[in-house]
Amino acid sequence: MDLSMKWLNDYVKADMPIKEFVAGMTMSGSKVETYRDLSEPLKNIVVGKVVSIEKHADSEKLWICQLDIGKDQPVQIVTAAQNLYVGAVVPVVLDGGVCIDRHNNSVMKIKKGKLRGVESCGMMCSFDELGLENGDFPYASPDGILIFNEDAEFDKFKIGSDIVKVLGLDDICVEFEITNNRPDCLSVLGLAREAHATFGISFNYDPPKFKGIDCDISKELSVTVENDRLCSRYMAAKVKNIKIGPSPRWMSERLRASGVRSINNLVDITNFVMLEYGHPMHAFDSRFVKGNKIVVRSAEDGEVLKLLDETAPELRLSSDMLVICNEKEPMALAGVMGGENSGIKEDTSEVIFEAACFDGVNVRRTAKKAGVRTESSSRFEKGLDPENAKNALYRALELVELLGCGEVVNSVIDVYPRVKEPFSLKLDYKWINQALGAQISEEEQISVLKRLDFKVDETTKMVTPPAVRIDIERPCDLAEEVARIYGYNNIATTVPRLSSQSMQTPAELFRKKLVGIMLSQGCCETMTFSFISPRGYERCRIEEKQRESVKIINPLGEDTSVMRTTLIPSMMELAARNINARNLSGRFFEIGRVYKPVGGAETLPLESDVLICTVYGEDEDFFTTKGIAEEIMDKCGVEARFTALRSDKTFHTGRCAEITAGGRVLGVCGEIHPMVTENYGVGKNRIYMLILKIDELLESSCPEIKYTALPRFPASVRDLSLVCDDDVSNGEIEELISSRAKHLESIRLFDMYTGEQIPDGKKSLSYKLTFRKQDGTLTDEESDRIVGKVIDALAEKGITLRA
Amino acid sequence: MKEQLSSIQQKALEEIKVASDIKTVDDLKVRLLGKKGELTAILKQMGKLSAEERPVIGQLANDVRQCIENDIARKKEQLKSLETERKLKKETLDVTLPGKRFEQGRRHPLNIVLEDLKEIFKGMGYSVVDGPEVEETKYVFDMLNTDEGHPARDPQDTFYITDNILLRTQTSSVQIRTMLKNKPPIAIISPGRVYRSDAVDATHSPIFHQCEGLVIDKGITFGDLKGTLEMFAKRLYGNDVKVRFRPHHFPYTEPSAEMDLQCFKCGGKGCPLCKGEGWIEMLGSGVVHPQVLINCGIDPEEYSGFAFGIGLERIAMMRFEIDDMRLFYENDIRFLKQF
Repeated sequence: MDLSMKWLNDYVKADMPIKEFVAGMTMSGSKVETYRDLSEPLKNIVVGKVVSIEKHADSEKLWICQLDIGKDQPVQIVTAAQNLYVGAVVPVVLDGGVCIDRHNNSVMKIKKGKLRGVESCGMMCSFDELGLENGDFPYASPDGILIFNEDAEFDKFKIGSDIVKVLGLDDICVEFEITNNRPDCLSVLGLAREAHATFGISFNYDPPKFKGIDCDISKELSVTVENDRLCSRYMAAKVKNIKIGPSPRWMSERLRASGVRSINNLVDITNFVMLEYGHPMHAFDSRFVKGNKIVVRSAEDGEVLKLLDETAPELRLSSDMLVICNEKEPMALAGVMGGENSGIKEDTSEVIFEAACFDGVNVRRTAKKAGVRTESSSRFEKGLDPENAKNALYRALELVELLGCGEVVNSVIDVYPRVKEPFSLKLDYKWINQALGAQISEEEQISVLKRLDFKVDETTKMVTPPAVRIDIERPCDLAEEVARIYGYNNIATTVPRLSSQSMQTPAELFRKKLVGIMLSQGCCETMTFSFISPRGYERCRIEEKQRESVKIINPLGEDTSVMRTTLIPSMMELAARNINARNLSGRFFEIGRVYKPVGGAETLPLESDVLICTVYGEDEDFFTTKGIAEEIMDKCGVEARFTALRSDKTFHTGRCAEITAGGRVLGVCGEIHPMVTENYGVGKNRIYMLILKIDELLESSCPEIKYTALPRFPASVRDLSLVCDDDVSNGEIEELISSRAKHLESIRLFDMYTGEQIPDGKKSLSYKLTFRKQDGTLTDEESDRIVGKVIDALAEKGITLRA
Repeated sequence: MKEQLSSIQQKALEEIKVASDIKTVDDLKVRLLGKKGELTAILKQMGKLSAEERPVIGQLANDVRQCIENDIARKKEQLKSLETERKLKKETLDVTLPGKRFEQGRRHPLNIVLEDLKEIFKGMGYSVVDGPEVEETKYVFDMLNTDEGHPARDPQDTFYITDNILLRTQTSSVQIRTMLKNKPPIAIISPGRVYRSDAVDATHSPIFHQCEGLVIDKGITFGDLKGTLEMFAKRLYGNDVKVRFRPHHFPYTEPSAEMDLQCFKCGGKGCPLCKGEGWIEMLGSGVVHPQVLINCGIDPEEYSGFAFGIGLERIAMMRFEIDDMRLFYENDIRFLKQF
């Protein structure tokens, strides 16, 4: 809501410095976004009158003008403008003055100087250079000097007077951000009421009045409201013998300061009233109110209406829209916009004013469906007060008489089947203090409410808010009114002594632990979107049954249309983005959520958290992710097994391991399949991932650490170099050794070799075995015996000692 | 013998003086003081001396021995330290060469902020509660006084799965679930992801993070809300921080307030960061609307409470001076490694 301070001052005396006004209004609940001095950047511009014109001796195009600016001496200005004449009254920027350079969107400083040898002491300017538009001066030539002589209020342009004042630019526009619950503040009067309450300044308001001409409107017009659920009140008034013309300066200036363009006196009146009273109005040319009938009804499916806005296409109506019709066809989309046909024209001579109250939700839906959001619809959709319709209509009629632009019929039509009863509630000042934690006396609370125009019965303590305050329903609403005017920041702060205890769930603690481990492994934490493109599943070769996802009906686009069931596509995109940004290597992790549909569409999906780790770069390989997995398992006390997994299509068939613990699948780690990396355009890179299901991991983990005594007897160490077939895995050999070796404390592979001295199809593996007894020193003979048994067992499987 | 002794001493001291390494000194020690050494040889002649001379010469011999031993010890000490110095000099490193480090990973900036928030509120007695992101409309809207027809429910602003299921637009749904499940007193924060239908740009994202809070107990006031949030701001930004509370509107709280932080860049004078206002909007809050309590089966006559919602992105952007929200979700390693 853009508020003209001049307009506001018609009702309250808000003459404090603007900074103070803005701060005060913000702190009482009408938040000011910004404000703008309308005279900026104009400086030192006065009204002048051309007293003589002569041709410049040295130029075909230049003129030397003498201008009377109300001083003893005229000023001389050389100009290239061709539309001047003696007697023309024009804006004159004097030496040192400032106007606007529209072409370069900058300010123009005017200095005394010489033009082809002739002194020029200023500049005459166009409306452009004053920051104004043709609409402000319909009579002005768009590319010449602005000449005021044809202005309807020409007598106001006194020679020598400050142009800022003459054109009403001595005003400040304050931009408010009004919350949804206060449509009443989308108006000058609403904000005046707030300013009155905030600053305690007097509020001067008289209900609008009009004289009118004797005439029974019911003989000339009938109004039928078929759907009174969507239209709680419909008022209509008639104005005859209309003289369409420009609005007076004070009106168009106030509209301009509020960001609304002046059109003509009749249209301006409807806009003026909407801005002043916060209640939208509409005007129909009565020639188009065929049959002298107005019918408010639901549209019929398929009916069409061409809206007033020339950019809007012909609108196909549907039965959920409310329309204002004449005896046969729609003339307006209720509360949104009028139709092209029935609008005010140059030759309009009789007008029907509409002031009605339409259902907010319906207006909002209709506006959305029609694709037009207007000042009118945005007010109706917040819900308006039907009582205010009458004030608005009367004000419009008052303005018609004030402007003398028509004859008002002195009776109006008012279809108002369920008159709104005034609403009252009891003021319980103690309860309010209790809710606020404040000590505000009853008198002070009453005084605040009265300042807000609430009626208070001092004996019964019954409070009646003004009808426009439809947001006041309960005692807590009164508490807010009292608090915001008393000042939120004047209420003492206290810190409650909570009787609750902070609790940490095992799940929360476990996630924290995992984050610590991942950071220690050099992985940076990421955050990816939880919705993905369904094509991500294809690109990552995710198995069919995992592709079934929760779908968003109205996504931003296909790329963000399904809730992910796996983090792999998110991570592939992330890796590809980093690779494309020429980041040579990276280690990433995320604890992210996946969403698994269960049951029907009306059942919430199963949400669970997954730990995913992605690495790529020259020094990384399968064993990076496996190493990280091992570190996690070790720190979480999980006895995990890694077994080759060849069936997961996302991964390299020969470089993927399933991670299990006690028969429970915890996750997988491996190299991403080259076709997947290819699908993301980074086929030359090897990407590795580790994926762990957090809930399963938590269940398998052993949170308690139990200390093991340090060994008291020395260990015996033996190295074994073995030769076996290529396809025998380290895991198999370790398992075999472990099962046969008594007193084995640890087994560690320290070398793996193929090549010279090893036959084709074979490989050599070297292990360091450490033996130790808990109850004594292991002798060499004992160790040799154990190793001998191990060697025998290996030999049975065709695994021999390396020669 | 006296002369012999003093000449040995003199010669020895000279030789020690010129010795240039420990080995020479050690050899010298053996040659002079060893069993077959020069001094020993002289002492062996002591028998020839008279009874009067013997103690005098003996004393003298001992003095000479002591003197040589001391000198040798001193020399050795000297040589050793010289040698060490030489060795260290040889081992001198260019300390400006890069260090060996095992690089740790970094937390995501949004989680750094979230951890801070959690610590602050846990310290004040709040528990952290989690809830579903794909949520029923009734928990996100209906029970929060946001009826059918409210603009917030518009499909233009909200992602829907079905008419009754959506992606939560606020974590208040977790508060509702908590109130339905637990009896007061309640003091929780519910951090998490929320979704709104905004296209991605420097200041908008269809996914962002909130940390909402809720306190329900007997006698909770608007003053308590102010005190709690002011304390939170002080813990987060330091004791000098100034806050103010400004009236606002939310359907589920009454009175409602926004808390502003005095601009830390300009100290309230007005600058581009605070758009000249001197204050930066920080969070929304309010006293829980009685209808919301009733909806959750809590008697508003007996209990009252307050709620607040903090946007993590906003706090992180201010704290790290990040000017583009997209950076949070692009996960470029050069960005992530800065935190």
